[in-house]
Amino acid sequence: MKKVLMGDHAVSHAAMLSRVQVISAYPITPQTYVVEELAEACRDGRLKAKFVMVESEHSAMACIIGACAAGSRAFTATSSHGLALMHEMLHWASGARLPVVMANCNRALGPPWNILCDHSDSMSQRDTGWIQFYVESNQEALDTVIQAYRIAEKVLLPVMVNLDGFFLTHTAEVVDVPDQDQVDAYLPPFSLPYKLDVEDPHSFGAICLDDNFMALKHDMQAAMDLARDAALEADEAFAEIFGRKYGLLEPYRMDHADTVLVTNGTITGTAREVVDDLRRRGVSVGLLKVRMLRPFPFAPVRSLLGDRERIAVIDRSVSYGLAGGLACEIRSALYGHDHGRPRVFGYIAGLGGKDVVPSDIEEIVNRTLTYEQPPRDDIWIGAGT
Amino acid sequence: MKRHLRELQPFNKEAEDKHIREGHGLHPLDAYLKPGRIPHIWCPGCGLGVALTAYIEALHRKKFPVDQCSVVSGIGCTGRIAGYLDMDTYHTTHGRAIPFATGLALARPDLHITVFSGDGDLFAIGGNHMIHAARRNVNLKVICVNNFNYGMTGGQAGPTTPIDAKTSTTPMGNAEPGFNLPHLAHASGAIYVARWTTFHPRQLVHSISESFDRKGFTFIEVIAPCPIGYGRPNKLGDGLEEMRYYREMSEVRNGADPGTAEIRLRDKILVGKFVDKERPDFLENYNNLVIAKAQAGKKGRAA
Repeated sequence: MKKVLMGDHAVSHAAMLSRVQVISAYPITPQTYVVEELAEACRDGRLKAKFVMVESEHSAMACIIGACAAGSRAFTATSSHGLALMHEMLHWASGARLPVVMANCNRALGPPWNILCDHSDSMSQRDTGWIQFYVESNQEALDTVIQAYRIAEKVLLPVMVNLDGFFLTHTAEVVDVPDQDQVDAYLPPFSLPYKLDVEDPHSFGAICLDDNFMALKHDMQAAMDLARDAALEADEAFAEIFGRKYGLLEPYRMDHADTVLVTNGTITGTAREVVDDLRRRGVSVGLLKVRMLRPFPFAPVRSLLGDRERIAVIDRSVSYGLAGGLACEIRSALYGHDHGRPRVFGYIAGLGGKDVVPSDIEEIVNRTLTYEQPPRDDIWIGAGT
Repeated sequence: MKRHLRELQPFNKEAEDKHIREGHGLHPLDAYLKPGRIPHIWCPGCGLGVALTAYIEALHRKKFPVDQCSVVSGIGCTGRIAGYLDMDTYHTTHGRAIPFATGLALARPDLHITVFSGDGDLFAIGGNHMIHAARRNVNLKVICVNNFNYGMTGGQAGPTTPIDAKTSTTPMGNAEPGFNLPHLAHASGAIYVARWTTFHPRQLVHSISESFDRKGFTFIEVIAPCPIGYGRPNKLGDGLEEMRYYREMSEVRNGADPGTAEIRLRDKILVGKFVDKERPDFLENYNNLVIAKAQAGKKGRAA
């Protein structure tokens, strides 16, 4: 059924449709509507789940780790400093191989205080063993949360679905909300192979030193490798039932494009418009949306970008002292393989809610076409310098 | 592609500065406020203006120059107080006002350091810090504005939301009892514990001034209306209605056992100065027990 939903509510609908059993959260802008709607749903019986508002995000993640270890499908949502506070527990979810799902409403980290969108929160958590998606629309947010449970429960790793704060979370769009029966067919009831169960006891978090710690971590990396295929399978199966498909990466007008823009999140929507406009004017530019950031889709990135001349990556966060995270990952994917050597231009834009408007993206394309070589590894757009 | 971008007016700094200069200083206590920051962000009927004014009154009464004072706040509507005061202030992360202030109190024991924060900040995400700073008896003046919910994020249930109260995350009523803050502060070791509502501004000013005379961890709870976040779902009326409620339902009982000061929905509110006792503060203990012994040991070795 089609509904007009804000991004936050699209996520709550997805959690409801996924029949989550335990929800634990702590309020933070711009995440609050996600859990408020779920609290409502628990009240009016739309969702049969236990909902607890705990005393911090650290506790929220710990609580859903506990719920999941007991075999329940668990959900939380957070943002920015909340995600930063969860950092320790993020490792505990992935290290214990618990398939929890979290929506993160991307927001800048302080100081100075800022409540608006950038990706510094989730980009800081890339090494925690969580699968990460970045979505472009409210429809994609809803669909990705449902897919996330299927992927997580297949490979036993947690999934973080990132949606841009305010640009998606507080903006209403038409969203096709799937029927419960169809989602039930897509997402069978949760069954965890290893759980806290008195009939079949298992212990979580036990000490494990130099004997087999490394082997377990290697297993996590192997599960990440499987997650790429699991995500493709989840997407295919989703398309069969619901008719919508996203891929790990989404190429847009990349045929014969010498220059390719690489984006994630909501900047992609603006970039599409600019690419259409430039194509009309005869500029051979294409666009690649990176939907899945962890595991990083190395092979498709290489095959899609390896033979281009110039790549312009737009990052909504910075790794200070290095460059934009996405740009670095694209560079690392392309180096040392048997294909051409595109020049990768890394741009930093849209920090702390700064709008990235069509003229900014046009400037990025212009600069990319004008420079002989990248003047730096990070080129800042809109910093007033 | 059609683009309709709004024509932006360039920021006129001169006109803005002139406007701020003209408006600032009209109120006798403006010297304590940062020029250009008023109007504040608080909703009509909110109790935070009363709490801030009471604090400024107390500074005024004690004749403390602003450069001997510092305010540390956490997150939430109360946290904004740090930004309005024209003194050295620190608007910290959620829950961490007390540890930041502890560091400040150790580095600058000469300053009057006040932690101004809300119930959600101090007792949920920062609850651990609160009890340990009280146990250590760090020389901090804590003013906690309690509005029974997370106001800034839209009225979710927090650590003080009374049982059965409605909020945006407890639409059926809260299943958890709230903290009795004076009881918790007392049990954790605070040397001075008082509670007033925003209907008691004079008593509040008196308590804040009095707490400045105490050396150690003091705790003052200010019960404040949040007509938008807490008042509306619980049908407490607007800010004025809530002040009437405080007038009718507050019972002043100085020296009362803080254990009897629990607040229930639409029930009486016990106010007053509950605890006022002496014990050595953290730095005094540290100097007497650690530094003195270390120095004695050094002298012994030298001889």
